[in-house]
Amino acid sequence: MNINSDITSTDYEAPAYSGEMLAAVVEYILRLADNALILGHRNSEWTGFGPILEQDIALSNIALDLVGQARNYYQYAATLVNRSHESPWQRLATGKNQVSEDVLAYFRDAPDFRNCLLVEQVNGDWAKTIIRQFFFSTYQFALFEKLSFSADKIISAIAEKSLKEVTYHLRWSSEWVIRLGDGTPESQLRIKNAIAELHQFVSELTSPASYELFLAKYNISVDVSKLRNAWQARTDEVFNQATLPPLSLSAKQAFGGKEGKHSDQLQSLLNEMQIMQRTYPGCEW
Amino acid sequence: MVAVHKLFMDISKSNDQTVSTSLKKIEREIIGLLEMINDPEVPVLSIIDLGIVRAVKVSDDPANESPRVQVTITPTYSGCPAMDVITMAIRMTLIQHGYTNSRVETVLSPAWTTDWMTTRGKEKLKAFGIAPPNPTQQVCNKLFQEDEAIQCPHCNSYHTRKISQFGSTACKALYQCNDCQEPFDYFKCH
Repeated sequence: MNINSDITSTDYEAPAYSGEMLAAVVEYILRLADNALILGHRNSEWTGFGPILEQDIALSNIALDLVGQARNYYQYAATLVNRSHESPWQRLATGKNQVSEDVLAYFRDAPDFRNCLLVEQVNGDWAKTIIRQFFFSTYQFALFEKLSFSADKIISAIAEKSLKEVTYHLRWSSEWVIRLGDGTPESQLRIKNAIAELHQFVSELTSPASYELFLAKYNISVDVSKLRNAWQARTDEVFNQATLPPLSLSAKQAFGGKEGKHSDQLQSLLNEMQIMQRTYPGCEW
Repeated sequence: MVAVHKLFMDISKSNDQTVSTSLKKIEREIIGLLEMINDPEVPVLSIIDLGIVRAVKVSDDPANESPRVQVTITPTYSGCPAMDVITMAIRMTLIQHGYTNSRVETVLSPAWTTDWMTTRGKEKLKAFGIAPPNPTQQVCNKLFQEDEAIQCPHCNSYHTRKISQFGSTACKALYQCNDCQEPFDYFKCH
């Protein structure tokens, strides 16, 4: 990451948020960034281990897109944090160093992360990685379609940019769901197991946190509960083509990621992702 | 700020009274310099060909010997690792040619599209063995399994098949020609 790149320096000025509004916007942007970073990092764990070269490259490319999206959102969050003395994230500033995208990614602890539980789940087998990506891309596609019209021009610009990339992620993961579901008995068994394991994390995607609802009133965020139908319709369509039974969310659902309550799977991910910056703060390569 | 495609038109007309002739001449020269900077990942394309240079603005700076040069670029993909290298290359090229007072800015909106790639850029890609992007059309934005007809850059056959949506870089997909059997990269429409 390069702390010199600053997307907010041109074209649009960041709105002058303050107080409760500023705190909510920062929380929201961090949530968007954390989702992308954590899933991007999980996908990057496949680099060099993909089942065939083309798919190794595909997942690495998706990881790159997601980390790029995360950078854009972190840069914006850092800009807002640095403008406000009251932001709790000011505690991450050290000496002369302001809060930066790197600081937000590498120096927050697991309870500071706002990502949904789905994206931190370990890779498992190929089918589990595919289902995790499919569930998330379906959600992200529906979200960014709406967020492209956010009243916050920087949030909307990043969403508009990202939507094009997410379209590829969704197409790619949909095709894999179909290939595995409508494939061999073994591949179908694998993907059914993956669905059984991950579907408890689905409801959290479309359950709004308090800051999301608050900002939705100002048309800055999207009330994600309104994405539920689009998410379900897309999933039904793909599962149908994949000869899989429709997804039913009757089983117990897990929540908490948006409030910073994570599984220990996030902690072990962070241990690896953050170790260089925490050992050698500010190191570059 | 003058958008680049518009600037190209202005050059032929040269009747814009708001910008002094000497500054316009400098803008033109800078665009010429930017044409010499290639995309590090697709080295046959200049950053002008690629369509990522969105604006060049030159203005007088009384506090400085060199006029103030502002170049605005936009990334192809969010995670494009070439952006930092490109930003540095622009700065270095300008300094080498005496423009020490420069600033490179990145904008995200409107989002980059392959429709901004120049015709010459598409010809260069094809000559290099990379299928140039189709014009953005319905099929590019469709979510589902509707394949585009991609022309093989080697034998010009449309009888090709997609190997993978993701190729050696974020902007490319991998294809193979069913006629001449050559595998090739396709610069995805985006």
